Amino acid sequence: MASLYTNYLGISSPNPFWLASAPPTDKLINVIRAFEAGWGGVVWKTLGSQVKNVSSRYSAVDYHGSRVMGLNNIELISDRPLDLNLKEIKECIRLFPDRAMVVSLMADNDRDSWHDLIHKVEDTGAHGIELNFGCPHGMTERGMGAAVGQDPSIARIVTEWVMETATIPVITKLTPNVHSVVPTGRAAVEAGSQGLSLINTIQSVTGVDLDTFIPNPNVGGKSTFGGYCGPAVKPIALKMLTTIAQDPVTAKAPVSGIGGITTWKDAAEFMLLGATTVQICTAVMKHGFRIIEGLCEGLSNWMDEKGFQQTTDFIGRSVPTLTNWEDLDLNFHVVARIDPDKCIHCGLCYIACEDASHQSISIDPGNPYNTYAIKEEECVGCNLCKLVCPVDSCITMVEQRKGPDYLNWKEFQQRGLPLNDH
Amino acid sequence: MAITNHRLTPEAYEENFRDIHPPFETRDAVLVEANRCLFCYDAPCTKSCPTGIDVPKFIKQIATDDLRGSAHTIFIANIMGGGCSRVCPVEKLCEGACVYNLMEETPIAIARLQRYPTDQAMQRKWPLFTRKPSSGRRVAVIGAGPAGLSCAHVLSREGIDVTIYEKEAKGGGLMTYGVAAYKVTPEYCAEELNYILSLGGITIQYGNELGKDLQLEQLRLQYDAVFLAFGVGLARRLDIPGEELEGVVDALRFIYSIRTDGFPSVPVGDKVAVIGMGMTAIDAATQARRLGAAEVTLVYRRTEAEMPCTEKELEIARLDGCRMHWLAAPEALTGADGRVTQLRCRKMELGPPDASGRRAPRPTGETFTLDVDMVIKATGQMPFEELVQDAGLRHRNGKIDSATHGLTSLPGIFAGGDCVNGGKEVVDAVQAGKLSAVAILEYIQSQPPRPAVGPIDPSIPDHTV
Repeated sequence: MASLYTNYLGISSPNPFWLASAPPTDKLINVIRAFEAGWGGVVWKTLGSQVKNVSSRYSAVDYHGSRVMGLNNIELISDRPLDLNLKEIKECIRLFPDRAMVVSLMADNDRDSWHDLIHKVEDTGAHGIELNFGCPHGMTERGMGAAVGQDPSIARIVTEWVMETATIPVITKLTPNVHSVVPTGRAAVEAGSQGLSLINTIQSVTGVDLDTFIPNPNVGGKSTFGGYCGPAVKPIALKMLTTIAQDPVTAKAPVSGIGGITTWKDAAEFMLLGATTVQICTAVMKHGFRIIEGLCEGLSNWMDEKGFQQTTDFIGRSVPTLTNWEDLDLNFHVVARIDPDKCIHCGLCYIACEDASHQSISIDPGNPYNTYAIKEEECVGCNLCKLVCPVDSCITMVEQRKGPDYLNWKEFQQRGLPLNDH
Repeated sequence: MAITNHRLTPEAYEENFRDIHPPFETRDAVLVEANRCLFCYDAPCTKSCPTGIDVPKFIKQIATDDLRGSAHTIFIANIMGGGCSRVCPVEKLCEGACVYNLMEETPIAIARLQRYPTDQAMQRKWPLFTRKPSSGRRVAVIGAGPAGLSCAHVLSREGIDVTIYEKEAKGGGLMTYGVAAYKVTPEYCAEELNYILSLGGITIQYGNELGKDLQLEQLRLQYDAVFLAFGVGLARRLDIPGEELEGVVDALRFIYSIRTDGFPSVPVGDKVAVIGMGMTAIDAATQARRLGAAEVTLVYRRTEAEMPCTEKELEIARLDGCRMHWLAAPEALTGADGRVTQLRCRKMELGPPDASGRRAPRPTGETFTLDVDMVIKATGQMPFEELVQDAGLRHRNGKIDSATHGLTSLPGIFAGGDCVNGGKEVVDAVQAGKLSAVAILEYIQSQPPRPAVGPIDPSIPDHTV
């Protein structure tokens, strides 16, 4: 059976599943229960500057009857006393010495504050430090959190302060509220940060109450931009993760992947695109710590099926397959095929193709069931029909190459080949 | 053995006649179901609805909290969409066509979903339609059943002043008088009628029967057009000896009395035979059981494969403890002291297909006898042939000849619903009324305004000839 044992910057954990710095990791009682449930590690909720939190704090986006497709929060860093947190961290490490204990930090913007905080955290026996350069709300107004992460020069300076004194591994957590995560990632790595974690939450307004006209979450008749996370942000996180894996500087730093991971499949995808560990929060906020069982079992079974002995066998494996568009093969061509035995005649493929793609599906009216078929000569192989079809593998994409050789756009132009005439 | 009423406790009656398709209890439950809908294109459910309700649209409107919009989507296609959600044989219409059936999945509960916005609209009296200003044009509608009401509603929306002549004391037709009480209550029918009439422009003159209290010729003079929607009459005769015995009753009369007299006062036998296997036969049999009959037997000359009722209806009868005698044709009724005591049936077998395409039953020569004290006839209803004949309308065995849009052989006279089709579903009648209204509007617009004949005051019945 595959081993889920993970070594990240020398920090070991029985599996790659860590709880992200967030409410589930803000106190002893929670973290003990998480470890009892089987979580591999935690990133303790951010310690640092003195804060007070508001009520209410969360809002969500539901989709088609499914709750919390995306979660938004306006909660700040830990509002508990620092000494209490430190005491509890120490106790957790004593009770669960085999689990990863990383502490998220966000000190006031001066060298002494950072040094002081790091010394106190190292005294607990914590295994690593995560620098919170990503929190997008509240703290930014004080020049902290994302305000640091959004400016590579500031991020570099703060990381340098940290590296002057830290003796345990330092992970810099990146904000996605930038056009690219790479510049800040580079600044952090060049300043000495051993690891990178991403993404933090994305600034958002999840919606407006159509009765009160107040956006949510409603805090006494007002709202504020919050941080968006959950399944909805996963594709954005995967893209940003990949850019870190592709950059020659940031690629040197092992990554802890974050952003909407809900199932073992999500985790495997993050790892295929370069994550050594993954951090999870929203899924636990919705379902509790118990999801760790399915995560570990699913990943382990998949690894067995694929013949992977340990996670390092596949971490980063998919990175080289993401290329520039102009390197894609123009001779590769697929066409859709509808399996008439599986078709339930819902017409969703037809109307999607007809109104929004290439009018490549024919309709043979029937009562009450129409028959739909692909016009192969019209089909551009866009996948849309397959994506909207409610029946698994009813529509398949069949390869019908346009030519035997690999032909990319640069070559296509050099040869002066003809463009579409319709 | 006897036919008696007051067989059960009040609680038992209430329990037995409780709503068989209870509405969703909560909005959450509605949303779970609404969100299952795939939002099919050119949806099979819509194509299988005789009134063409845009089912995916109204369900999407439920799911997106636009209940008014949802109710409007239903009512614009079928003004009795609330009643139809209770009485339609949806398993052979919309729900039977739901694509989930092809995935071996439970189809969307379209009828229950349809009930949700329509109930809200009626309870909250949402004015979803506005009537155009009166054009002064007038149409008489004969019969306040589904066809008549549907036609009247479309006409009134277009500014036509409509007078409906109804022979009964209440509107709604067979919805009010001819459906099992556990499917739709008389109270609901009254609310539905009021909701339809709340549009304005529609007056109902109750207690007016065509051919008796008023004549078609006179209506033709007084109105710009006449829409005939008087339905069909009583059950087809069995034409067997003993049919006149006491205890042999008509299914529609039986259901009529259940719906008008109150459950405890309706007499029912101990051993009841119901002849027929259509929806009305099922409604009569199940309600006989629910009124306290000890034994109810449905007698049908063909087999389950040919029966006109749906599987689901048969299931209700089975669950109610009704028994079925397939391949049995009534041959004679015998009695004592003028009361029916026995039903003798011929045992049948299936031969080659008949004109209906179904295998025709033929006698085997054997017979059997059932002890009964009540026989309910439910082998289809008879058109009002004499009435139609006297009015000079072209017809086939009493069913008025009419094109798709209700045009009859007489100019300005339109017809739709059961009096044309011989007796189909409520939803078919609603559609016939809707289509006829379109044809009536076209007809009226093609005609010069008619000079008023005599004073016309809707409060005074203008049939006093």
